[in-house]
Amino acid sequence: MNKKILANWWKALAVILVFYTLIMGFLGPVPTLAILHETIRNLFFHVTMWFGLMIMMIVNLVYSLRFLSKGKLKDDIYAEESATTGMYFGVAGLITGMIWANYTWGAPWVNDPQLNGAAATMLAYSAYFILRNAIEDEQKRAKLAAVYSIFAFVMMIVFIQVLPKLTDTLHPGRGGNPGFNTYDMDSDLRMVFYPAIIGWTLLGTWIMSLRIRLKIIEHQQHIN
Amino acid sequence: MKKVIWLIVIGTFVFNYLLAQGEVEMADEMRSNGKIYVVVAVACIVFAVITAYIISVDRKISKLEKSLKKP
Repeated sequence: MNKKILANWWKALAVILVFYTLIMGFLGPVPTLAILHETIRNLFFHVTMWFGLMIMMIVNLVYSLRFLSKGKLKDDIYAEESATTGMYFGVAGLITGMIWANYTWGAPWVNDPQLNGAAATMLAYSAYFILRNAIEDEQKRAKLAAVYSIFAFVMMIVFIQVLPKLTDTLHPGRGGNPGFNTYDMDSDLRMVFYPAIIGWTLLGTWIMSLRIRLKIIEHQQHIN
Repeated sequence: MKKVIWLIVIGTFVFNYLLAQGEVEMADEMRSNGKIYVVVAVACIVFAVITAYIISVDRKISKLEKSLKKP
């Protein structure tokens, strides 16, 4: 029993941190900003989704590289499921972003490099799954998918980290956005924002680990 | 004299800025009458149920793993 608790402490931490996010995210003090008003609280729910996606895709990259160097199919399962979990974060991020944009920028989809970059990233990773489904042979599929995922990761960094910074975007911290910029990120927000990133990401990791374990069972059944 | 005028001009701007800050409308009423706690309670219960569901799935998978390891 003790061993079980020791192995699963991070799951408890995930739940505690998400509860903390829910409670402090709604009740905690936030800076009073024009245009945004109370929607600034979406920072703890929308922005954290994109952080979750980024972290999941880093996991995907690491396991893809590991597969390429070691050739174990287990690493391929890890890579696939981390990308799947990342896509869930991405879909949640896109939808919450559209709702937020509708009420602060006036339309669910404005022609903004950050938004289009996010959409392009999602498409790049959709192609990852299409590629996976197209190849029957296990080893071949794993190898091609691993190579492609390195490419997709670079695309993601370019699309959501580099390009939006080169041009003007409505997103904070880049270009001119009077409603909200990095200087508004005060200590009140940080107190909830950072735990929220860790909490949501750990929750995603938990679900990812369940998917991986199921996939491994499936794989074993297939061999037997 | 010039300094005083400048001081007044800058002071007016600063005062204006502070006033504008105060005018931003927040959901203070919801907070003062305690209705916000209802929202928080509902959100927390929803998440608690989701957590319970994930835990039950986790346990089921553990059982499967164990039963596959035995034979």
